[in-house]
Amino acid sequence: MIHQYINNGYPIVLDVNSGSVHVMDELSYQAVPLLEPVWEAWQEREKNKNAEAPAKKAADDRNAEAFPEKEPEDGIPEALLERAADALSGLSCPKEEQRELAEELLSLAQAGQLYTKDIYEDYIFDFKNRQTVVKALCLHIAHDCNLACKYCFAEEGEYHGRRALMSFEVGKKALDFLVANSGNRINLEVDFFGGEPLMNWQVVKDLVAYGRSLEEPFHKKFRFTLTTNGVLLNDEILEFCNKEMGNIVLSIDGRKEIHDLMRPFRGGQGSYDMVVPKFQKTAESRDQMNYYVRGTFTRNNLDFSEDVLHLADLGFEQISVEPVVAEKTEEYALREEDIPVLLAEYDKLAKEILRYRKEGKGFNFFHFMIDLEGGPCVAKRLSGCGSGTEYLAVTPWGDFYPCHQFVGQEEFLMGNVDEGILRMDIRDRFKECNVYAKEKCKDCFAKFYCSGGCAANSYNFHGSITDTYEIGCELQRKRIECAIMLKAASAELE
Amino acid sequence: MKHIKTLTTRDLKESMKKGGCGECQTSVGNQSCEKVQK
Repeated sequence: MIHQYINNGYPIVLDVNSGSVHVMDELSYQAVPLLEPVWEAWQEREKNKNAEAPAKKAADDRNAEAFPEKEPEDGIPEALLERAADALSGLSCPKEEQRELAEELLSLAQAGQLYTKDIYEDYIFDFKNRQTVVKALCLHIAHDCNLACKYCFAEEGEYHGRRALMSFEVGKKALDFLVANSGNRINLEVDFFGGEPLMNWQVVKDLVAYGRSLEEPFHKKFRFTLTTNGVLLNDEILEFCNKEMGNIVLSIDGRKEIHDLMRPFRGGQGSYDMVVPKFQKTAESRDQMNYYVRGTFTRNNLDFSEDVLHLADLGFEQISVEPVVAEKTEEYALREEDIPVLLAEYDKLAKEILRYRKEGKGFNFFHFMIDLEGGPCVAKRLSGCGSGTEYLAVTPWGDFYPCHQFVGQEEFLMGNVDEGILRMDIRDRFKECNVYAKEKCKDCFAKFYCSGGCAANSYNFHGSITDTYEIGCELQRKRIECAIMLKAASAELE
Repeated sequence: MKHIKTLTTRDLKESMKKGGCGECQTSVGNQSCEKVQK
């Protein structure tokens, strides 16, 4: 499968099934789709020839058919080259150049870097049958909040009407469960989430200390993380976080008027002026690493690139501003008619990021970060985020849910810290939730970078964890295109 | 090559051999794995 697009003047070809990325000139960009049927017909012909030679066929496995050997002994067969050059005869360039183009593209195809097939479905099915361990917990340390953010899926931090703080006892049992269910895995992650975790700060500190006490006897290493709205952040908390938290997420939406509109105190006044100086101090105290300022954009700021740049201008270097996911009935919810505006906004942001880099003011934008060289294996890419199997959310009273977004939906209640996982059927449903379980993902170029999208979004919009949330998909595809373009632009600068 | 600049020759097929250990974090696009790096 090929995905080709032009972004910011870069003609890019992504060979989806191998992960290879090529930056083309105008002629080769035009030639790519013209040669695909020629290559496929040739492959089919070779396959049939092999079928006529049983001894040879036995030596060919399925992978070898889909991905030819990297260095063919005889180069490109002349007959294939002639057919390919013929297919390019309509291009406005001399015959010699058409042949040259055919040669370049066919050599990529022979090297398994162009026109490759999807051979992973059976493999991923086996992978999902493996034994899994629990790797991470999201501790809902406080179902309470001192802000009343309008888009909060936790319903102003109250999570469907049941305000509560997690006790140390419940948190302790959750950490014990994690250690006991993590197999031989050493690295474990615990995220303090809410509501607002700082409203239960003593328990956070006590649980970190308890986790550290488990490390040596059980041969484990905890990575603690925290999300906060910043209202209660002070020097004592910051010092503790800088010592113990592997990452901190600082919630801020961008420009003052946008932030204050969506993130007011319960009395209605905005929180921007209070949190910005604290967040700036936090970012500097962590050497501009291991944190994110994280915002949400809604229908109120479809020009969200302005908010990203505002955060960059405030001095933040690790930034994430993400689309709201909300019921269609909410006035701030994103609508399908907004998609073209949002796609253009991502393009605009990508160009601005390049400009900032050139001016020495570079910053990371979470959704444009991509690792083309060292990204994860295909099993990880296709098997989803780990919710419900490797990752669980724990409520203040100790109930387990597949992830923080399912908390409060009783049909997804999986068990509790006293009895463990009681609903293996829910776990197994999530285990089987991969790209190939989602019809809409199979032919999507983004599947190796998105992993099938968010199960909670799918469930909230379609009542199934194996569907997709269309607006989210559209935006995700654009973000991947922009991320690859930024890599191409960076390669040019180097 | 005259007409094409290859940005990465990442080979996901190869990661079928080296990957699948399950040691990675929960999450995918910007994740990295030392085991399957080229």
